[in-house]
Amino acid sequence: MSNEKMHIDPYEKKFMIIGIAVLVIFAISITIAGFMLGIQVPSPGQLIDPNTVASEGPYSDPGLKELSPGNYELYIRAEASPWRFYPDEVTVPVGSRVTIHVTSADVQHGFKIQDTNVNFMVLPGQESTLTYTFKEVGEYPYICTEYCGVGHQNMYGVITVE
Amino acid sequence: MFKTEKKLVGWHIVLALTGLGLGSLFGPLQAWEHAGWNLYPSLQPYIASYYQGLTLHGILNALVFTTFFITGFLSYITATSLDRPLATPKLSWAGFFVMVAGLVLAAVPLLLNLASILYTMYPPMMAPWYFYVGMVLVVVGSWMSGWSIMITFAKWRKDNPGKTAPFQAFAATITMVLWQVCTLGIAAEMLMLVLPWAFSQQLGDGSIGMDVQLARTLFWFTGHPLVYFWLLPAYLSWYGMMPKQADGKLFSDTMARFAFWLFLLLSTPIGFHHQYVDPGVPAGWKYLHAILTYAVFFPSLLTAFNVAASLEIGGRKRGGKGLLGWIKNLPWNDPSYTAQNLAMIIFIFGGAGGVINASYNVNLVIHNTAWVPGHFHLTVGTAATFSFMGIMYWLVPHLTGKAIQRKVALWQAWLWAGGMLIFSRGLHWIGLLGAPRRTMLGVAIENYGTGEWQVASLMTGVGGTILLISGLLFFYVIIHGAFFSKEEVSVEIPVAEPLHDEVVPAWLNNWKPWLIAVFALIIVAYAPMIINLVTDGAAFSPGFDVWG
Repeated sequence: MSNEKMHIDPYEKKFMIIGIAVLVIFAISITIAGFMLGIQVPSPGQLIDPNTVASEGPYSDPGLKELSPGNYELYIRAEASPWRFYPDEVTVPVGSRVTIHVTSADVQHGFKIQDTNVNFMVLPGQESTLTYTFKEVGEYPYICTEYCGVGHQNMYGVITVE
Repeated sequence: MFKTEKKLVGWHIVLALTGLGLGSLFGPLQAWEHAGWNLYPSLQPYIASYYQGLTLHGILNALVFTTFFITGFLSYITATSLDRPLATPKLSWAGFFVMVAGLVLAAVPLLLNLASILYTMYPPMMAPWYFYVGMVLVVVGSWMSGWSIMITFAKWRKDNPGKTAPFQAFAATITMVLWQVCTLGIAAEMLMLVLPWAFSQQLGDGSIGMDVQLARTLFWFTGHPLVYFWLLPAYLSWYGMMPKQADGKLFSDTMARFAFWLFLLLSTPIGFHHQYVDPGVPAGWKYLHAILTYAVFFPSLLTAFNVAASLEIGGRKRGGKGLLGWIKNLPWNDPSYTAQNLAMIIFIFGGAGGVINASYNVNLVIHNTAWVPGHFHLTVGTAATFSFMGIMYWLVPHLTGKAIQRKVALWQAWLWAGGMLIFSRGLHWIGLLGAPRRTMLGVAIENYGTGEWQVASLMTGVGGTILLISGLLFFYVIIHGAFFSKEEVSVEIPVAEPLHDEVVPAWLNNWKPWLIAVFALIIVAYAPMIINLVTDGAAFSPGFDVWG
C-alpha cells in the first residue's frame, strides 16, 4: 500500500496550507459579521398571495405607518405595469428605525436602497423584510435591481430623511 | 483515424461559432448603451429592445456557444485520449441533432421578441411553451452526447482493468458526469414546473400556476455548477494540454485528478450563494452553502499552483532563468498558448471577485449590481471563452490541415485581454457605486445615477469596442484558416505528460465512493429546503409578458 500514498510536493503542501488558512479566516470573518455584529442576509417573511395583494391586506394601502415615535413600518408594492414602486416617495425623520416590507404583484423585482446594505429580491408570493435605521439626513434612492420588463430602468423611488 | 469524431467536433464548432458570432454582436451594443450611445432604436423592428438584445447575448453566448463547443470538444478528446473511437457514435450524432432541433425551436421566439426573458428565464415571466421545449431539448441532447462519452470511458476501463485512464479522457468524463448531475435541477424546474404551467396558461384553462421561489431554487441548483461545466474544459486544457504547448510537463497528475474529483463533489451543493437575498430561504441554509462555496475554491487554488508549476517546467526548459524570468521564455509567439495563458491570468481577478460574491453578507454590497456581469465576463467570458478560442487556434488547423494567420491571432488575443480588463473594470466600478445589472444604464444614470457613474460606464463602452474588434479578428482568423488558407499544416493534439511516473492512488480511480458522496452531499444541502418549498403552500402566479 505504501506506493499508493499520494505524492504531494513540499511547496504544494505549503501552498495548500496557506490557501486553507485564508479560506478559514474568510469563513470566520463572515460568521462574526453575520451572527455577532448582525450584518445579516434576509430570512423568510410571510407568504403573500400575489393575485390579491393589490386589493386586500397591508399592501393594498402601502406606505409608511408609525408604530411609535421614531419607529416605523414601510410597506412597498412592486409592479411591472407600469414599472413602479407603490409608494415611490417616502419621508422619515432622521434617526428613524424603519422595518421595510416589500412584495411583488406580478414578476420578480429587486430592491436596493443605495449606499446601504438593504438589498434583496422581491418575489411574487413572498414578503421580503429588513429593518434599517436612517442615521443621516439625505435622499436615498431605492431602485429595482432585477430585470422586470422593458421599463425596468425607470423603476425607482426615493426615501427622504430630514 | 477518428474520421467520425472529427466530423462530429467540426459540426459542433460550426454551431457553437454561429451562436457566439450572433450573440457577441449584441455585446458592444449593450456596452455602448451604458456609455450613452444607444443604437437599439435604429435596429427596430428587427430587434425590439435592449432587453431582447441582452437575452440573445446571454443565451447564445453563455448557453449555446458553450454547450455546443464543450460537447463537441469533450467527445473528440475522449476518443483521442483513450485512443479508441467513441463506443456509440450514433448516440453522439443523435445528441447533436436533438440539440440543433432545440436550438431552432428556441431561436424562433427569441428572434421574434416573444421570449425576452434573459438567460435565467425567471418565472413568472412567461415565454411561448415551445421556447422552453427547445431549451429542454438542448440540455437533453447534451446529455446524450455525455452518455456516449461515459459509455466510451466505461468500456475502456473494462478493457483495461486496474489501469489509470489518461488524464484528458478522465477530465472530460468527470465534466460530463458533473453536467449530468447538476442539470437535474433545471430538468426538474422545466418538466415539473415550467412546462405544465406554460401549457396550462397558453393551451389549457390556466389552472396551473407557478411557485416562483421553488423555480428559482431549482434553477440555481444547476446555475452554479453550470459555471464549472464552462470552466472544467478550460482546466482540462490548462492541465492536460498547455504544459505540452510550453514544452513542460504536468507537475502533478495525481493532484490534478484530485482537483477534478473535488469539483464534481463540491460544485453542486452551493447554489444558495446565488440566492443570498431571496426572501424564501432561511439564513442558516444560505450560510451552509457559503461555507461549502469556500470549499470549492480550494480545488481552484490547487489548479493555480499545479498549472503554474507545469508551465514553469516548460519556461525553464526553453532557457528561462531566475525566480520569474522563465515567464518570458514561454511560447508567447503561439496564439493558442498566449490566449489561454492570458485567460488564466485574468481568471485570477475573476476568482478573487468570485470569493467576494460568495462571502455571504459581503454579497449584500454587490448583489444584482453591475459588478456581477463585470465578474462573469472575467470567468465565463474570458477564463472559459478565451481559452476555448485558444483551443480552437490549434483544433481548427488540426481538423482542416490548413494553417491560421498566427500574427492576426496574436493581435486578437492581446486585444481581448486588454479590452476585457477595461470593460470589466468599468462594470465592477459602476456596480460598487450601486448601478443595477441587466439594466439600460444609459437611462438609469439619469434617473438615479451620479457623475462618477458616467466615467465608469464610458470605460465599459471603450472596453466593449476593443472586444468587438478582437471578436471580429477571431472570426476572421477561424474563417480564413478553415476555408481560404492555402498553407498546409499538420497539427497534433497537445498531450501533456506527467512529470513523475506517478502511481495514482486507487481512491482517485474509484468512481463509486465519489458518486455516493456527491449525491449524499446534495441531499444534505438541498433536500430539506426543497421539501419545505414544495409543501409550504405558497400562492401560485400566472404568466406575464412584460417586454412586448
